[in-house]
Amino acid sequence: MEGAELAGKILSTWLTLVLGFILLPSVFGVSLGISEIYMKILVKTLEWATIRIEKGTPKESILKNSASVGIIQRDESPMEKGLSGLRGRDFELSDVFYFSKKGLEAIVEDEVTQRFSSEELVSWNLLTRTNVNFQYISLRLTMVWVLGVIVRYCVLLPLRVTLAFIGISLLVIGTTLVGQLPDSSLKNWLSELVHLTCCRICVRSLSGTIHYHNKQYRPQKGGICVANHTSPIDVLILTTDGCYAMVGQVHGGLMGIIQRAMVKACPHVWFERSEMKDRHLVTKRLKEHIADKKKLPILIFPEGTCINNTSVMMFKKGSFEIGGTIHPVAIKYNPQFGDAFWNSSKYNMVSYLLMMTSWAIVCDVWYMPPMTREEGEDAVQFANRVKSAIAIQGGLTELPWDGGLKRAKVKDTLKEEQQKNYSKMIVGNGSVS
Amino acid sequence: MGSQASTLLRNEELEEIEKETGLSHCQITRLYRRFNDFQGIPELAINPVGNWIINAFFPEGEDQVNFRGFLQTLAHFRTIKDNEKSKDVNGPEPLNSRSNELHFISHDELLKVLCMMVRVHISDEQLGSIADRTIQEADQRGDSVLDKVDVEQKMSIRFLH
Repeated sequence: MEGAELAGKILSTWLTLVLGFILLPSVFGVSLGISEIYMKILVKTLEWATIRIEKGTPKESILKNSASVGIIQRDESPMEKGLSGLRGRDFELSDVFYFSKKGLEAIVEDEVTQRFSSEELVSWNLLTRTNVNFQYISLRLTMVWVLGVIVRYCVLLPLRVTLAFIGISLLVIGTTLVGQLPDSSLKNWLSELVHLTCCRICVRSLSGTIHYHNKQYRPQKGGICVANHTSPIDVLILTTDGCYAMVGQVHGGLMGIIQRAMVKACPHVWFERSEMKDRHLVTKRLKEHIADKKKLPILIFPEGTCINNTSVMMFKKGSFEIGGTIHPVAIKYNPQFGDAFWNSSKYNMVSYLLMMTSWAIVCDVWYMPPMTREEGEDAVQFANRVKSAIAIQGGLTELPWDGGLKRAKVKDTLKEEQQKNYSKMIVGNGSVS
Repeated sequence: MGSQASTLLRNEELEEIEKETGLSHCQITRLYRRFNDFQGIPELAINPVGNWIINAFFPEGEDQVNFRGFLQTLAHFRTIKDNEKSKDVNGPEPLNSRSNELHFISHDELLKVLCMMVRVHISDEQLGSIADRTIQEADQRGDSVLDKVDVEQKMSIRFLH
């Protein structure tokens, strides 16, 4: 009996603390500064760890372990330059070597496949999951690591799970309740309040620290917000600072419940699986949505899949055919504190939630000036222009490759294009001597 | 992860490979990850001679290649400077041959490679005449085949340390 009473007391104290320090401030969008203190301690600890690791490993292996430098020096020159000589000149045996060399280099190191696995860290951040090339250094470091494990799994994880549970429940209950009200500005205001509060709670459940830049460019109603995609968390990160109408497929299970509740309070755009395949239908519905200037801006991720946040891959043109104003947003995570990337083709949702045991999720969000399609620019060119802008702002590499290559093979047409270009080069001047 | 390659190959084997190929432990670790799906690399898939390169890794007549064979093949293409340091490998050589012996490039082989690089965009007769001309120009012995060509600049891969 005594044990049960004690457990009850601890639980109620715990919940009161959570309520007071986290939930209430979330409603008002206020921060008590607890996370800031946590982050400062964390940063100091990681700096100390980095210094110890550097002292402990011999000089040569530090250079060799450098993840940011590639393993080989690649020749990045395009086909015309690589096949030395003037355009339209004839075939030379060395041309074969150009292609062979490119092929071999691609085997050792290529631009695409590395984007579908988590970014390698320059120095270890005391998480086992990122321990790729680092070895045992000293007892003190190991002790700190053990302490870190205890803190993360025994203190932070229960807290985070509690918060996530509360956040999601509040979202479902809150939006259902608000959905009962008749359409009015009160309803919209309440719906925004519920969405924002629950998103803030969920972000705190990940120990998220987000810096928003250029808030004056925050997406406006009637516009389309596009951003680079790294993880499902992206949605949370953006909706903590503003309300968006989300676009996506209807899911089953818990996601489905959340989706159905949310759409009662505020017009999100959910599609059935069959409807997603009909591009015209999708475009039509989105056009209708943005035509209504009172509706919230749509949130779209044109890459169509999660990329590991080191680069921006091809933007699908569908989002750019709808018209309207595009508000680009760049999101860059700091991988030192926790990795948010989810490769859904390799890892399932449960292993992804392991992310809740990392130190924190730290990221920067840059809002950018709105862009519209110019005269004579087609959707693909517009998409590429927006993609470049986002890549430059976020400090990411820009790639023309399709993110869908995570799952699918590359199209044969691309190979044929290479062959065609090469053929033009060797018989371009119309004659073969 | 980094430890997988080390556990797959015993320490002695690892040392032997390091001596044979001149690749460092860290490079071998990274290459192990590449080995696991080197047939699914997009940049290789769009390369006109991509399939030919992949086939080069498989020993005669076999349809499987192990990690060690993979490394040995790659190591052939290190620069002469690196290879001199390791002293074990006979320097880089054209992809046309997979052994250290002299290999002759025949007219048919050349035609085959040309076909791969251009596919349907150039007619067969044109391809035939390109191949003839190339061999004529390069052929110094007059026996209609080409000798091993010095390809250090064009074919070697510069491994960084």
